[in-house]
Amino acid sequence: MRALTWHGRHDVRVETVPDPEIVNPRDAILRVTSTAICGSDLHLYDGYIPTLRVGDVLGHEFMGEVVETGPKSSLHKGQRVVVPFTISCGDCFFCKKQQFSACDNSNPAETFDASRLLMGHPMGAAFGYAHLTGGYAGGQAEYVRVPYSDVGPIVVPDHLEDDQVLFLSDILPTGWMGAENAEIEEGDTIAVWGCGPVGLFAIQSALIMGAHRVIAIDHYPHRLELAKRLGAEILDYREVDVREALDEMTGGIGPDACIDCVGMESHGLTIDNIADTLKAHTFLGTERPHALRQMILACRKGGRLSIPGVYGGFADKFPLGQLMEKGLSVKSGQTHVQKYTKPLLDLIEQGKIDTTFLISHHAPLEQAAEMYAHWHDDQDEYTKIVLKTDMATPKQDQKEQQHELA
Amino acid sequence: MASNSRNESSGNAQLAIIGAGLAAAAGTAAFLLAKRTGSGGVPVENVSDAPRHVWRRGTDRYEADIVGNTVLIGKPAQELYEQWRDFAKFPTFMDNVEQVDVLDGKRSRWTIKAPAGTSVELITTITDDQPGEIIAWKSEPDSEIKTDGKVEFIPAAPGRGTMVRLTMHYDPPAGIFGKGVAKLLQREPNIQARRDLKRFKSLMETGEVATNASPSGRKSETPTEARI
Repeated sequence: MRALTWHGRHDVRVETVPDPEIVNPRDAILRVTSTAICGSDLHLYDGYIPTLRVGDVLGHEFMGEVVETGPKSSLHKGQRVVVPFTISCGDCFFCKKQQFSACDNSNPAETFDASRLLMGHPMGAAFGYAHLTGGYAGGQAEYVRVPYSDVGPIVVPDHLEDDQVLFLSDILPTGWMGAENAEIEEGDTIAVWGCGPVGLFAIQSALIMGAHRVIAIDHYPHRLELAKRLGAEILDYREVDVREALDEMTGGIGPDACIDCVGMESHGLTIDNIADTLKAHTFLGTERPHALRQMILACRKGGRLSIPGVYGGFADKFPLGQLMEKGLSVKSGQTHVQKYTKPLLDLIEQGKIDTTFLISHHAPLEQAAEMYAHWHDDQDEYTKIVLKTDMATPKQDQKEQQHELA
Repeated sequence: MASNSRNESSGNAQLAIIGAGLAAAAGTAAFLLAKRTGSGGVPVENVSDAPRHVWRRGTDRYEADIVGNTVLIGKPAQELYEQWRDFAKFPTFMDNVEQVDVLDGKRSRWTIKAPAGTSVELITTITDDQPGEIIAWKSEPDSEIKTDGKVEFIPAAPGRGTMVRLTMHYDPPAGIFGKGVAKLLQREPNIQARRDLKRFKSLMETGEVATNASPSGRKSETPTEARI
């Protein structure tokens, strides 16, 4: 089959690899129809996530058609399913508490020691996301093996297009959980850092959950425009001092909750961020938590911080005293996707959540490498890229045409 | 006058630093002494309620060459005991056990993978067997590896299942050197115990042993083999 594989910093390639096979009784094999490139794929692309190996198949946002099932899978051939990026057994202590991303069984014995050492306890597994999280092949491919297929994948009705449901795999539940973790109360002003796909879904979710106001922060004009269309007030941090603006917009108290939809690769020309960037590029550190630092200072006393943004290790110059003295509470974590897929599918069916407005580009899987470069370099224009396995490749067509002409 | 007082204060600061240094050194010495003996210089008994395999070297209960690991499994103790007691099934979750032949009610022959593609055999005898609570074993005197171990099934908080604790004494095949080689090849008993218990948990809770076997661009791998 064809699949996108990682070869190093800013080097991904579509190449031919073996087809996946059923290995365990609860497995299913999917023929992927749509797969998206995620913001967190950029952390892999930029080489910030350790334990990725040359040849690993990437991709953790995907959906498709069931083509093969193990004896204990509950799926049937021909069903259309969306697959959560978190691989969760559904049986362990954590899954039973619906903390699916903390699954204690999915990260195999061969790989779980690495994250156990780094994090104190082994991480749950995910598709296409380095060996710290299990080393499972991802879904930016024609086919993918889905473990625990009886608890993860959600069957979607035929009348919904791929584009409407694909994001149930990650960014929609991630934005939703980001808003849920902000514990929104009546009258609340919620500030959202980052208007990428997760930020946009967090804005939408916060408004659905009853936030009085949402203030969105970014510097890409098009992304801010999308946020505004959802009903958020917007701040371009190149135009205003974000903290001053937030204080002035809230009568001096600051937002009630802040959501970090930025993560480890913060933009912005500030002293702390320049120092962090230098360290990240010289392997002295991984985190560039500029947005998170700003959030802690901006949030109102006794307020809440929600961190769906991805971080990988240790952070410097972290305003811990400020966090404590202001009495902030923090909720974070990889998304417990399986907990949210069903209720969110219902909201999509009822037309209460728009999932297609942020898609800027569709491209064939064959062009995935090119699309990674755009996703990295042209973030204003490329707000979400969906790769299709059955879409004709323009380049090949051109070549064929040239061939015919010759 | 002003400069004089600066000199005085800087001299005082130096004295203060020296004083602080001496105090720190004395404090460290007192701390080290207190670690070994009680405040009156009388040796004290160690107090921690931790299992034996986590005790530090130099404490009362420290034992060399003991490895142990505990894992929480969401199943009743009796069910876990029964699966473990069926020694012939060890190879389904123990990576380094090739085969177990049950010889009689108490004795079984274990074939174990050793470094560099070799294998060793040993015959073990059950020394303690209490259904739902403990199984202990010991290698027979003429075995190639000397080992004894036990697996305990300890009830966790209500609704949380059972803590399964594996504790083993072992004598590495070629002394300290063999231990180093084993560690390099990831057959070091501590790592092995942790991974075997992890597989046991996975098998008991999910009905299968988790594996990341899947396609990659690496020619040396197949999509049905686990990758490290």
